[in-house]
Amino acid sequence: MQNLSVQNDTKNREDSSYRLKLWIGRILSYIFLIALAAIMLLPFFWMLSSSLKLEKDVFRFPIEWIPANPLWSNYATIWTRIPFLTFFANSTKLTVIITFLQLATSSFAAYAFAKLDFKGRDTLFLAYVASIAIPWQAYMVPQFIMMRKMGLVDTHLSLILLQAFTAFGVFLMRQFFISIPNELLDAARIDGLSEYGIYFKIMLPLSKPALATLTLFSAVFVWNDFMGPLIYLNSQSLKTIQLGLRMFIQQYAADYNLIMAASLVSLIPVIVLFLAFQRFFIEGIASTGIHG
Amino acid sequence: METAELTNNTSSISAQQRKRKHNLTCYSFILPNFLGFAIFTLIPMVFSLVLAFLHWDGANKISFAGLDNFKQLLEDDTFRIALLNTFYYVIGTVPLTMLVSLGLALLLNQPLVGRNFFRTAYFFPYVASLVAVAVVWNMLFYPAAGPVNEFLRMLGVTEPPRWSASVDWAMPTVIMASVWRYMGYYMVIYLAALQGIPSQLYEAAALDGANGWQRFRYITLPMLAPATFFISIMLTITSFKVFDLIMVMTNGGPGRATNVLVLHTYNIAFRQFRFGYSSAIAMVLFLIVLIITIVQFRMEDRWVDYQ
Repeated sequence: MQNLSVQNDTKNREDSSYRLKLWIGRILSYIFLIALAAIMLLPFFWMLSSSLKLEKDVFRFPIEWIPANPLWSNYATIWTRIPFLTFFANSTKLTVIITFLQLATSSFAAYAFAKLDFKGRDTLFLAYVASIAIPWQAYMVPQFIMMRKMGLVDTHLSLILLQAFTAFGVFLMRQFFISIPNELLDAARIDGLSEYGIYFKIMLPLSKPALATLTLFSAVFVWNDFMGPLIYLNSQSLKTIQLGLRMFIQQYAADYNLIMAASLVSLIPVIVLFLAFQRFFIEGIASTGIHG
Repeated sequence: METAELTNNTSSISAQQRKRKHNLTCYSFILPNFLGFAIFTLIPMVFSLVLAFLHWDGANKISFAGLDNFKQLLEDDTFRIALLNTFYYVIGTVPLTMLVSLGLALLLNQPLVGRNFFRTAYFFPYVASLVAVAVVWNMLFYPAAGPVNEFLRMLGVTEPPRWSASVDWAMPTVIMASVWRYMGYYMVIYLAALQGIPSQLYEAAALDGANGWQRFRYITLPMLAPATFFISIMLTITSFKVFDLIMVMTNGGPGRATNVLVLHTYNIAFRQFRFGYSSAIAMVLFLIVLIITIVQFRMEDRWVDYQ
């Protein structure tokens, strides 16, 4: 009896010291996490704050995080300095077209790779996967030469053709399709549905999360792409937002406040997309783990 | 007898036809994507192999170069520097990013309030465009009057580093920016892997009296091995391919301090129009990535225990 209560006592003491340790751990975790979140987001806050200042106040120290007289007019000025609207429209156009083509063609191909059995399937799929591992830079020059032969350099079509048919999209959609049970498809076949019917009526409605993931990956990639437009687009009227931003930075190198305003504006579509769909984005990465 | 054979024949013909029809259906699914993929990715990939053995400026006649382009690599000073810089960048980036992302994932794997907020915050730099990220990063680290150096001066550092403007600090600055940008992405992969570890394992270990470190060392780490392997390969490949970040942050400078292989390839091809030689450089990059990936796969057998 006595023995038991002694045991109980030590157990209680261990329990409370364990709980204390747990609490200290939690608090330290929070402090660390908050500090790190600040470091991660600080550049963006600084960007916002600087974009509302006079050029000469950007580098004033200590930093005035919330400007006393926010200069909203900076955001109006940038549109008059370079054809930002054109760049925005071009990026939007490319993003929409490429993303749509990616969704359509890669989910279509992925269905065959995931659910149909045919000659040469595994070899073909291997070619797709292998191409993901090969750096784009290893073949960007032949690609460029080919596009020039086709007379497509300095057109939006060149970028659309290069980016709409990616192995990545096929891979991502296939990983998702595989998880859909075969019994469902067999039942549909017995009911007389063709393979196309199964794709449109069963697979597509069931794979909304995967389609959303691919949409986000593709849209963010195209919107942020710098190297593709840099190589392929020369005419001012065709340039994308990233090229425009780069141009702005080089032309108005000393107008720090305007540069920050322009950068922030270029980020807005991505911020909106990301916040609205971040769940899909993160699930997509967790399930495939591959860069967009 | 004859009729039987006949029907047998027809049924095997129709079975064949059915099979052919089935194959055609399958190909029709793949065709739209495959056409684009083959023309704009596969063919250029094969072509790049050939190009490395040719002399070509894109305008004049193509001539066979044999191994000239590869011999030239040995004499190209910038190539040697870019090669070393690429390794510097990879060695600086890969272990650091993995360590930080694992640490973050472990922290976020606890039942914390605001977990989603933190996850979003850490992940956000990954979706922000490089051009915007680079400009704000350069301004924060602006040597003369940027907030980072002002802060360091306030702390009493009289001569803070000149960051991307100095030969010695430019690469570390780029590496820091890279870790900052990509750690959230790999954290998400680690987090998914952590959540896939069955809790019974920890419960059993706790019963056996394993302490926190032992649980981490003998359960968490081995269970994370497949994710670690995957991340190390992805990170190594993407780090060897580094281009955009460097192009917009330092453009290879100051001098050649941050010039890397892909940037060199780009300059040779699109500024000097020596397509053959640039393909040879790209080939070297590809071979390095290939060898390292093969070595990593070999090591996988030793380190990763898939069950």
